[in-house]
Amino acid sequence: MTILTRDTRAQFARTTSDVLDEDLSTALVYAEISARFFGDAQRAHPDRVVNVGIREQLLVNVGAGLALTGMRPIVHTFGTFLVERAFEQVKLGFAHQGVGGVLVGVGGSFDASRSGRTHQAPGDVALMDSLPDVTIHAPGTAAETDEVIRRAVAEDGLHYVRVVEQTNRESFRGAGLHVVRRGSGATVIALGPVLDDVLEAVAGRDVTVLYAHSVRPFDAPTFRSLLATPDVVLVEPWLAGTSARCVADALVDVPHRLLALGTRRTELRHYGSPAEHQRAHGLDAAGIRRSLESFLAA
Amino acid sequence: MSAVNIDQLLTRMTGDEKHSLAAFSTLDVIRVLYERVLDVSPETVDDPRRDRFLLSKGHGPMAYYAVLCDRGFFPAAWLDGWGAFDSPLGYHPDRNLVPGVEISSGSLGHGLPLAVGTALGLRAQGIGARVVVLVGDAELDEGSNHEALEVAAALGLDALTVVVVDNRSASYAVPGRIAERFATEGWLVTTADGRDHEDLEKALSERGVGVPNAVVATVLDPSTGSGRRNEEAAA
Repeated sequence: MTILTRDTRAQFARTTSDVLDEDLSTALVYAEISARFFGDAQRAHPDRVVNVGIREQLLVNVGAGLALTGMRPIVHTFGTFLVERAFEQVKLGFAHQGVGGVLVGVGGSFDASRSGRTHQAPGDVALMDSLPDVTIHAPGTAAETDEVIRRAVAEDGLHYVRVVEQTNRESFRGAGLHVVRRGSGATVIALGPVLDDVLEAVAGRDVTVLYAHSVRPFDAPTFRSLLATPDVVLVEPWLAGTSARCVADALVDVPHRLLALGTRRTELRHYGSPAEHQRAHGLDAAGIRRSLESFLAA
Repeated sequence: MSAVNIDQLLTRMTGDEKHSLAAFSTLDVIRVLYERVLDVSPETVDDPRRDRFLLSKGHGPMAYYAVLCDRGFFPAAWLDGWGAFDSPLGYHPDRNLVPGVEISSGSLGHGLPLAVGTALGLRAQGIGARVVVLVGDAELDEGSNHEALEVAAALGLDALTVVVVDNRSASYAVPGRIAERFATEGWLVTTADGRDHEDLEKALSERGVGVPNAVVATVLDPSTGSGRRNEEAAA
């Protein structure tokens, strides 16, 4: 068992270092980013820890090449360079070759709020979701980060782990949708580290709140079995609407209404703090409450 | 077998008995690799210790298919109707459909980076097999190759061999640049006549110690003495 930290990114590094110690079939490939975490792992496993420098196309295909020899690669850099810059390598190196691995991107939609658009990847989940059979994780705490990294390494196939600084207070164990609250009205689905704001936003309302940190595959059976009124609210801290198709598929035979909240398509062109970006996208508690109220009043 | 048989196998794909073997720039390199250099056979396609051949330039894979078929990796009947809906043989090869095909290729600039990862994976597992990747001269336009060739040398991947089939199809080519670029990064570089089997065997059998090696195999059209235009190579 890995010792838990408070910081999700440090946790990713610590769990990954432990996994490298425990499982000889694993390898870590990274591109300078997070090097400060991996000095010991690099010295302990020089053949299984590879820094490719600032070369993201190579980063992803080196991971895929390791997988072609039967190894289980963990491939890491900022989400924007891992998924968006090198997307064809993800699509062809992993998905089309038919090999698996664990891609771990940090930064998410607005950890790098002060760095501007170049370091923000709100479209990463939508891009990964365009590929077949990808498992996508958005852990909301350090404990969940430890859990999903270990699960992603132990399972087969291609996994994407989205590690961000924003966190929830409570950790949940296991994939699928967790029931946080039961109510007789709308169902609010919180994906990843938006749960605390969702819970604050729905305070005093008779709604069901579901939460998942492993967001693909989407847990349609649990969602359907708990649906009260056919009013659904999705809250995800990446591109708005990314998971709308999952709700549509789950409710293909149920007339329903859907409010899909997430980051907006329009570029903010503002710097400032992650909290300010969250607010600008309407993803803080007040913003979620405003959207929810007008949706349920309609 | 081989030369006559391969000619017949190619005819099954082209439907044209008048084609010239010279029309296939990669044919001789791939033949020499499978007939004389690589330790891989239909019996060892799943053996972790097999040598790997990665066709990065997945365009025009007829020569590759013909050689694999000639070596017994799949039956000749597969060649009829290649590119049809139910055929395992497409205009770009798919490793999930064809025994012996190590990578699915077609989009340029992926094979060499995948080969670097493959060589690292074999080294980490203590497997001494070779990894040979074939790229085209115009394919080297893709910057991903340059990321790979720098790191392959820096990491001392001496299991790795790149064969550049140079049919002078790159735009903005500079004479001698391909060999110089590999040499600058510390690769062992040899050149060969891409039609001459003895020459190719010698070049492809040469190995560096602690450094990867590159073979620049020049293939010119015997009738014109020139190469192909880039649009044909890159389509």
